[in-house]
Amino acid sequence: MYARIFGLAAVAACLAMPVLAAVDLNDAAGSYTVNPASSSIRFSIGKVGGGGLDGAFGRFKGSIRIDNSDVGRSQVNFTIYPESVGTGQGRIDAFLRSDAVFDAANSPEIQFRSTSVTRTSDTTALVSGRLTARGKTFAEKFTAELGGLKGGTIKFHVTGKVLRSRYGMDVGTPIYSNIVDFDMTLTGKKG
Amino acid sequence: MQASITNNATRYGWAAIVLHWLIGIIFIGQFALGFVMVRLTSQRTAFELIQLHKSFGFLLLGLIILRIAWRLGNAAPALPASVGGLERRTAPLAHLALYAFQLALPLSGWALVSVSMLEIPSMPFNLFVMPNLPLVESDAAESFWAAAHWYLAYAGIALVALHALAALRHHFWLRDSVLTRMITPSSDGDVE
Repeated sequence: MYARIFGLAAVAACLAMPVLAAVDLNDAAGSYTVNPASSSIRFSIGKVGGGGLDGAFGRFKGSIRIDNSDVGRSQVNFTIYPESVGTGQGRIDAFLRSDAVFDAANSPEIQFRSTSVTRTSDTTALVSGRLTARGKTFAEKFTAELGGLKGGTIKFHVTGKVLRSRYGMDVGTPIYSNIVDFDMTLTGKKG
Repeated sequence: MQASITNNATRYGWAAIVLHWLIGIIFIGQFALGFVMVRLTSQRTAFELIQLHKSFGFLLLGLIILRIAWRLGNAAPALPASVGGLERRTAPLAHLALYAFQLALPLSGWALVSVSMLEIPSMPFNLFVMPNLPLVESDAAESFWAAAHWYLAYAGIALVALHALAALRHHFWLRDSVLTRMITPSSDGDVE
C-alpha cells in the first residue's frame, strides 16, 4: 500500500518536472556536427558608464562527441572565423577584424579543443579546453547546459567568460572591459 | 622682488602666463595629434591616439574655462603706448577670436563623440567617465560635427600662427615688450 503511494508520487513528480530537465546527458551519447544555421555565437563586452558592445560570429564549425559510457570522456571541437564578426556597425566590425583585435587576415581561425568535460548535474557540464586565437593558447572553461534532444538533434546553451588581454586583444581597456561574455546556442545533428 | 600671480597695469601675472603657454602648447599638440591619428594604418594605435586626443581635449576645455574666468576677474595689461591705432583696435578682436576657438574646438570635439554612432565612452586619462553632451546620435550629426571640428581646427591653427607672427613682429621688428611680458611675470617691484 505504502509502496503504491510512493510509486504514484514518483510518477507525479516526474510529470511535474520541466520537459528540458527530463533530457539526460546519458541519453545524448553520440557524435554531433554543429549546424551553424540554427546555432549562434554571441558575445558582449561591458563598457564604462553602462551598456556594452554586443556582437556575434556568423561563420563557425564544430563537433560534439558525447561518450556513451562516460560523459567525462566527451569531446568538443570548435572553429570560429573572426572575419565573420558582426556588431551591427560596419566601422566597429572593420576595427574588430583589423590587426587591432582579431587580425583576421593573418589569424583567420579561432579554435577551441576540449581537454576535459566534467558533469555538474543531469543536464549541465563544465567544458575545459584550450582556446587558440592570434597564435596564443590558454586554458578556458565554458558551462554547457543541455537544452533539448529530439530525433538526433541536440541543443546546448553554452556560456563562459574569456579575458581578451591574454590573446593580444586588450585594445580599448579600461573603457571596454577585458572580460568577453560568451553566450552560445549550439544545435548539433547526429552523425 | 616677488613674482606676482595677478596682472597689473603693464604686465601679466604668472597665472595668466602659465595658462597661456600651457594652453598654447596643448593646442598645437592637439592639432598635430589630430592630424596624425586619422592618417595611421594601425587601427589600434589610431584608437589609442584618438582616446589621448579626447583626454587632452577635455583638459584643454577645463583649462580654457579657468583661463576665461581668470581673465574676467583680472584685467589684461594695457598695450604699450607705441602700439598703433589699427593694431590697438584689431588686437582685442584677434584675442577674442582666439578665446572663441579655444572654447569651440573642445566643445565641437565633445559634440562629435557625443553624437557618434560608435558610442565610444570618453574616459579622460582613464581617470573618470565623462558623460556625453545631450545630443541625438546619428550618422548625419556625426558627419556634421566631424566637419565642424576639422574646419575649426584648421582656422584655429591659422589664427595661432597669425598670433605667433604678430608676437615675433613685436619682439624683433618693433622691439617692444609685447612678447617678453608674456614670458616674465609681473612682480611686486613693478612701477605701475
